[in-house]
Amino acid sequence: MAKERREIRFILNGSDVRLGEVAAQDTLLDFLRNARRLTGTKEGCAEGDCGACTVLVGRLVKGRLRYETVNACIRFLATLDGCHVVTIEHLRGADGGMHPVQQAMVEAHGSQCGFCTPGIVMSLYALWMQSAAPSDAEIETALQGNLCRCTGYEPIFKAARAAAELGDPAADPLEAERADVTGRLKAMADGARVTVSRGEDRAILPADVADLADVLAKHPEATIVAGATDVGLWVTKFLKPISPAVFVGHLSDLRQVDAKAARLRIGAGASYTDAEAALARAFPHLGPYWKRIAGWQVRNMGTVGGNIANGSPIGDTPPVLIALEAKLHLRSAEGTREIPLEDFFIDYGKQDLRAGEFVEAVEIPLAQEGVRHAAYKVSKRRDEDITAVAAGFALRVENGVIADARLVFGGMAAVPKRAAQAEAALKGQPFDAASFERAAQALAEDFQPLTDWRASAEYRRLVAANLLRRFWAEEGEGAKARLEGV
Amino acid sequence: MGKLGHTGTPAPHDSAIKQVTGRADYTDDIPEPIGTLHAYLGCAEVARGRIEGMDLSGVLAAEGVVGVITHEDITGHNDISAVHADDEPVFPVSEVEFHGQPLCAVVATSRDLARRAAELAKIEITPLEPVLTTREALAAGGPDVTAPLKLERGDAAEGLKSAQHRLAGQMEIGGQDHMYLEGQIAFAMPGEDDDMVIHASTQHPTEAQMIAAQVLGVPANAVVVNVRRMGGGFGGKESQMNLFCCVAALAARKFGQAVKIRPDRDQDMTATGKRHDFSADYEVGFDGEGRITAVEAQLAARCGFAADLSGPVTDRALFHADNAYYYPNVRLTSRPMKTNTVSNTAFRGFGGPQGVIMAERMMEEIAYKLGKDPLDIRKANFYGVGERDVTPYHQTVEDNIIARVVEELEESSDYRARRDAIMAENAKGGILRRGIALTPVKFGISFTATWYNQAGCLLHVYKDGSIMLNHGGTEMGQGLNTKVAQVVAEAFGVDLELVKITKTTTEKVPNTSATAASSGSDLNGMAALDAAEQIKARLVAHAAEKWGDVCNDVQFADGKVLCGGEEFGWREFIAQAYADRVQLSAAGFYKTPKIHWDRAKGQGRPFYYFAYGAACSEVEIDTLTGECRVLRADILHDVGRSLNPAVDRGQVEGAFIQGMGWLTTEELWWDEAGRLRTHAPSTYKIPLASDKPREFNVRLAEWSENPERTIKRSKAVGEPPFMLGISVFEAISHAVASVADYKTCPRLDAPATPERILMAVERLKR
Repeated sequence: MAKERREIRFILNGSDVRLGEVAAQDTLLDFLRNARRLTGTKEGCAEGDCGACTVLVGRLVKGRLRYETVNACIRFLATLDGCHVVTIEHLRGADGGMHPVQQAMVEAHGSQCGFCTPGIVMSLYALWMQSAAPSDAEIETALQGNLCRCTGYEPIFKAARAAAELGDPAADPLEAERADVTGRLKAMADGARVTVSRGEDRAILPADVADLADVLAKHPEATIVAGATDVGLWVTKFLKPISPAVFVGHLSDLRQVDAKAARLRIGAGASYTDAEAALARAFPHLGPYWKRIAGWQVRNMGTVGGNIANGSPIGDTPPVLIALEAKLHLRSAEGTREIPLEDFFIDYGKQDLRAGEFVEAVEIPLAQEGVRHAAYKVSKRRDEDITAVAAGFALRVENGVIADARLVFGGMAAVPKRAAQAEAALKGQPFDAASFERAAQALAEDFQPLTDWRASAEYRRLVAANLLRRFWAEEGEGAKARLEGV
Repeated sequence: MGKLGHTGTPAPHDSAIKQVTGRADYTDDIPEPIGTLHAYLGCAEVARGRIEGMDLSGVLAAEGVVGVITHEDITGHNDISAVHADDEPVFPVSEVEFHGQPLCAVVATSRDLARRAAELAKIEITPLEPVLTTREALAAGGPDVTAPLKLERGDAAEGLKSAQHRLAGQMEIGGQDHMYLEGQIAFAMPGEDDDMVIHASTQHPTEAQMIAAQVLGVPANAVVVNVRRMGGGFGGKESQMNLFCCVAALAARKFGQAVKIRPDRDQDMTATGKRHDFSADYEVGFDGEGRITAVEAQLAARCGFAADLSGPVTDRALFHADNAYYYPNVRLTSRPMKTNTVSNTAFRGFGGPQGVIMAERMMEEIAYKLGKDPLDIRKANFYGVGERDVTPYHQTVEDNIIARVVEELEESSDYRARRDAIMAENAKGGILRRGIALTPVKFGISFTATWYNQAGCLLHVYKDGSIMLNHGGTEMGQGLNTKVAQVVAEAFGVDLELVKITKTTTEKVPNTSATAASSGSDLNGMAALDAAEQIKARLVAHAAEKWGDVCNDVQFADGKVLCGGEEFGWREFIAQAYADRVQLSAAGFYKTPKIHWDRAKGQGRPFYYFAYGAACSEVEIDTLTGECRVLRADILHDVGRSLNPAVDRGQVEGAFIQGMGWLTTEELWWDEAGRLRTHAPSTYKIPLASDKPREFNVRLAEWSENPERTIKRSKAVGEPPFMLGISVFEAISHAVASVADYKTCPRLDAPATPERILMAVERLKR
């Protein structure tokens, strides 16, 4: 067994923090507000949707310090081991006064009630560090996870654009501290398994992937938590116990994203953000789709593996990954196995996952020449919304004939599911409008969707069929059939 | 020294620096005394039922629990109704009236423990059949939750009968959750005797004080309510925080400790009221030019189980069912329906938007019927100047500028040419269609409860020359404190930085009105000016006494006081006045003149004046999915002579986006059991940054000034621009209509979600 440490260690703004008494369910937000009285970070929703609690978390990635925005409300405290937490109270300009982003927000009249403001400032700060002269699209993306109910956002855009004029990211205090913080974080990393608890409530951070398998062999009942963007809500909204929780987000081996042997391998712990560039490079149709998964903070936290492992029928990644013939790697202390991703989803709430087993990676074959792809998401609001209907399509067209078709839908059944009848209606048929019309009709036999607050069954059926019509319009007719950014 | 920050200048929000640095304190940020307890509500899980019994033994045995509060702990009167209807208990005694109704509160050593324990309450309820929707309530014949209103002028029946054309229509208009980023919260601290200090996020400290006193059974002088700022209000904290203030106060009294209550977002959204959803039925007669001859309409609202503010909300819907249009013969009735849902409440516009959108739908329907541009129908029906100027409530519109506002916007937005281009492009038959609409707004300013139109201010000038300002209005982000401070700084001719704005507290200014109805700066600005003028009059009198008659003309400007050729620095002058024993503190007061209202007759002058504006929006929709983007919006809005153009512009932009959200993505969805299923931002979708119009051109009508003697001739701005969002809805309708060559006005209910848009497209395609 790996050596064990009984406390977490991290840096909060300027200070080192060591905590032994930490429950699995303790959140960073409660720690900041209640234990440290750092009340600049606000709770607006406690479900990762409003961004009022946005903070930066810095972590070492291949020895380099990388800062990302996260929602403190659903970030479990224990997972901050080895990280640098930066809150609004730590922000300052190179001269010690207001930070350029803060200055710009004041000058642009970017705050009204001010409750969302610290979170917005943190998101704009993260954007500013990445891109001091951002485009409107970049600003929108940075603010996808931040709600403002007062301003209508116009002055916040102005502030984001103006911040570039007021200071240089290279002169930012966080840049100046970088070497120091990196050194301190490196000193904290001892390669140990970390176990902390309060009473019976326990959190385990395995030392590495092999240790994870050992921990799960011993605690098959444990809750595996990667990005916590779903499990966080089990705690904050449903008050469900998650102890013992096994946190895996810190395991760098699980976060690897690499292309080799004609496969793109995404470690189960890789966040949406970690996977974004490689995926969009290999599959350009996933670029815009990826940006529509949740908001920026949630993409920085949430993982592709978690999106698959929790088995939701409305997860955004399974439909598009199944269309790409993705394979799932499952691992336990017993060994590993590989299954087609589509076979993982058995029924609502039921997946092909054995006791002590965890999702290790998803692999996508890269050689897909001659295949036409599409990824569509339809939701009430364009950004940061849960899917009403999602679709991943992959069609191989040879000499004007549809040789193969994979049509996968989310939100249409109890699991992400291929449309067998519609696929059959396309296969072997000419690549023309009539074939797609027949496939659209055949969809009625594939799905009996539900009515809920996101959409009615009737709407879901109609939209699913219309997405096939959209595909034809775009791929067959070259028509403009999508709104900007969809 | 320049006139830094006086009225008319874009002074930044007084809290801006604190807000961007995280140092602005909200109620939950106030340090807690040792021993602070936390309360959490236990709520009903049926929409209607008889309470047979409560077993709280599990709750009491839970970790950290100190005790519970039930209706039996209420030492005073068990009612929190804002209108004293005696229909809204803190906790009901015998009957549950909506899903999510609070039934008890658990008090524990931490919020987390109180929340977990509240889940353990076992409440035995015999379910009864609920009435959930307005249409169900209408079909059942009521009851109304409060008295309906009728507005009548001329002979609507005859006008309809003799009209060249007539049409009848219906519209379902959705409600809206406030989604203030800071949820409801109250923090009560018991004092000696019966004293209770309550910090709360409230738009109406006096009401919280009165209701808490009533529930505790103590006089109002025992209760102090404080609010420094709210993290958004929008009407949702006008009466809805009464519950939380009372629970915190009851628990603080019972356990003798400070008690805080802060519901989570789900409970905040299920246990507190929202904008009323309406069912509108209308019939309109008109001539060949589209000019209306008669209107008859019923506006029925889902009010929920209790009256709350539903009476004045449905009244205001009728007051705005004319929007900017003259109806020669008219009969408007409201039906405030009682339903087994949460009691709906104030929300920016206060029923007005629902009335206005019905008027705008009528304009659209007339236009399609006659094959004309809806803007021409709108213009044909505008109130006249000196003629065709009497409203359905018999008030004459004396300050009408709508024609000029609309003409300027029509020109600056290039409406006609863009409309032609859009229709030409749509004619090519693509999947994506565009639409454009230009809609006006006229909004009546004043509380229709006439006695609310009063305000007070307490102003101190300290002997070092610094000024402390306290007025009865509350700051929820709208910049009220900044504007009022600008008024005071200008009155004394000093720098804005000399004026310190302090928390609103019932200890300093008593008997205040809600900061609502857009009235904040109108009322409190005038009260503050009154206080400043009183102090100035004493200073002038003192100068005349000290230096003789040459000092009758005293000028306060540029941080100096000019008096008979002598020039004093402000601080020096004040120090001297203090030394000469001049009273440097004053209580200001204001009441709005001219207004009166006879509700029984449906006649009077409920509004001191009107605010005007117009918006032109262009949208693009996807006819395969119903998805929608707002491509461009142009706004011209009237704020009179602006007290602070930056603050006013912020109000206009924010209100437009909030109005757009109401009519597009914000959908309240109840299931068949009467459970609200869109109860947090994960399921209830307010606009995001990326929903803002791609191009957003906002201008204030700089030429406008209020003909009435308002503060610096400004106009109220909080609510009127909310209705500019209706232009987005009508632009969507225009885009939808393209699929059937504009022959039919699409039946479109609000909100126009992608689903409603797609279904409207499908209906037209069939």
